Amino acid sequence: MATKVSPKGMTRRQLLARATVAGASFVVGSGFVAARNAAWATELTAISPTAFATLVQMARDIYPHDKIEDQYYVIAVKGYDTAETAPEIAMGVSALDAAARGKGFASYLYTSWEDDRVRILRGMEESPFFQKVRGGLVTGLYNQKAIWPVFGYEGESYSKGGYINRGFDDIDWL
Amino acid sequence: MVAKFELSDDSVVVIIGTGAGGGVLANELAQKGVKVVALEAGGRYLPEDYINDEWDSFGQLAWTEPRTTSGDWRVSKDFSGLPAWIVKAVGGTSIHWAGASLRFQEHEFKAKTHYGDVDGANLLDWPIDPAELAPYYDKAEAKLGVTRTGGRPGLPGSNNFKVLEKGAKALGYKEVNTGHMAINSVEYDDRMACQQTGFCFQGCKWGAKWSSAYTDIPRGEATGNLEVRDHSHVARIVHDDKGRASGVEYFDQDGNLQMQKAKIVCVAGNSIESPRVLLNSHSSMFPDGLANSSGQVGRNYMRHTTGSVYGVFDKPVRMWRGTTMAGIIRDESRHDPSRGFVGGYELETLSLGLPFMAAFLDPGSWGREFTSALDDYENMAGMWIVGEDMPQETNRITLNHGVKDAYGLPVANVNYTDHPNDRAMRDHAYARGKAIYEAVGATRTLPTPPYPSTHNLGTNRMSERPRDGVVNMHGQAHDVPNLFVSDGSQFTTGASENPTLTIVALAIRQADFISNEMSKGNI
Repeated sequence: MATKVSPKGMTRRQLLARATVAGASFVVGSGFVAARNAAWATELTAISPTAFATLVQMARDIYPHDKIEDQYYVIAVKGYDTAETAPEIAMGVSALDAAARGKGFASYLYTSWEDDRVRILRGMEESPFFQKVRGGLVTGLYNQKAIWPVFGYEGESYSKGGYINRGFDDIDWL
Repeated sequence: MVAKFELSDDSVVVIIGTGAGGGVLANELAQKGVKVVALEAGGRYLPEDYINDEWDSFGQLAWTEPRTTSGDWRVSKDFSGLPAWIVKAVGGTSIHWAGASLRFQEHEFKAKTHYGDVDGANLLDWPIDPAELAPYYDKAEAKLGVTRTGGRPGLPGSNNFKVLEKGAKALGYKEVNTGHMAINSVEYDDRMACQQTGFCFQGCKWGAKWSSAYTDIPRGEATGNLEVRDHSHVARIVHDDKGRASGVEYFDQDGNLQMQKAKIVCVAGNSIESPRVLLNSHSSMFPDGLANSSGQVGRNYMRHTTGSVYGVFDKPVRMWRGTTMAGIIRDESRHDPSRGFVGGYELETLSLGLPFMAAFLDPGSWGREFTSALDDYENMAGMWIVGEDMPQETNRITLNHGVKDAYGLPVANVNYTDHPNDRAMRDHAYARGKAIYEAVGATRTLPTPPYPSTHNLGTNRMSERPRDGVVNMHGQAHDVPNLFVSDGSQFTTGASENPTLTIVALAIRQADFISNEMSKGNI
């Protein structure tokens, strides 16, 4: 999970000193986005920190799982941080912010309630930007083995000899 | 000693495809001393190669070359470039299948007689007498080691099955069990017993599930009469000036076009690729494609009326533990028009891992209605609907000349629109599935739309009269006597059962016919 690491050589205090708060959840600085408690931070190469923070919030709003930490949504969308895709993401985020302003909010990130953000997203769910982000999340988020235990999913069992002696028929509440 | 035949050897039978149809036919012919070249588009993977990870396995095994879709079926909207989830590998989709091995019922072989005229449906009776096929079903069950047949015990019931069984019994269903499965409940035919590992769709790493990849193919090769050429992508079947098939052109693993001469050609590339090959084999003598004087090649595409129902409970089920298809309810597979539709359907347990559940539960959906369902993944039980869909002439495979594959060949377009009978059946099955799980205390049920097709059927169908179909009761083309169809595309109708056992029975029967005709000098 390379994207979990903090910007090189930066302490939490230094990091926060360089940062501005974006929305409710994110700390945005020059070239990075971090959790407010600095539990994770990710360096960016092409996407602006505010646009990336918006993208992470959008990812959570599309597939909200309260038991999954932001870092996994970060991993799911980090692939867009390339010179090739950054302009498209920037345009998409601009459209998202414009839609938020149209509903009286300062920006998507400063739209505090999930219901309000979802209404903004519903208004643009047919757009190629939304479809690209949503479609990418289906594998980008749910194919991360690190989140499978949150759902109870155990993945492969061949290496353990299957479930023949490990509970394939252990249901006890029927 | 594995055989090696010359491209110029015109005494061989060339089989296109190595799955349940082509792989079995290849071995059966080889065992009888017939020389066979089997051309397989995919590579060779054995149990040690299979990957118990849904997306990685999909990348390894699935046929992902471009195809296009049209029609009002939901798959066309959700997966416009992926109409079918089938395998490109030696062993074909017999690597991926879940193992359910049911005989068709008598009334299903005579659908036209029993169902009568159904508006918009192109129904026909099979030209085969079910009694004549029965001994081949016996042979197929013995070959596959089908449980609950031939004295072989059934598999034990998993959690997912137990939930289904309890709900089914609460609703009064009688025919509920762990299925007739080509998955060993005890060691059989040099294959070990099932270890309840899950991932049946990704290839059985124990080899407990039958697949031609590690049974019929190597056994055929051991006779010295079978050569399997993998990474050989067929372009077209060529014919002589008498209109008889004379060879098969294919691209080898280096992309070079080769021509294997043939005495007989058998097509077994699954119901999308088989008609595509015939249509791509058009010539001045056969301008509409080979074996297509009836215009029926590619038509009457069937995919079973499918859908899934997942039930969410307040306690864990862990449906992924154990075989994917762990049991069945057969009571609804009868023909009983009082339900508002002709034909019937099976209900079979199903489970998907979390990654595929996210992709297939309600494609395109998002937000908390979707994610709250996934949050309860551990507490889900699942079942799949397998019902008889109506053959319709307009549901068909055509060549899409606007889209070419890596070899420059037009790809297949799959057009499918549900028949009103299909919709009525699916709605009935959704309601029954919901009731079954609610009878066990489900707090929520999820009627899940059809996945990309795994049961692709009917596009080169058997018919008594040449004008009604493509092949006769032996799978022999009406127009071209030394051309055979050896996969599910020869099905006249789809029945309500999973097709593999019938594909295998027909392949064994066809091998008898071909070798007899060869020895009589008729072909």
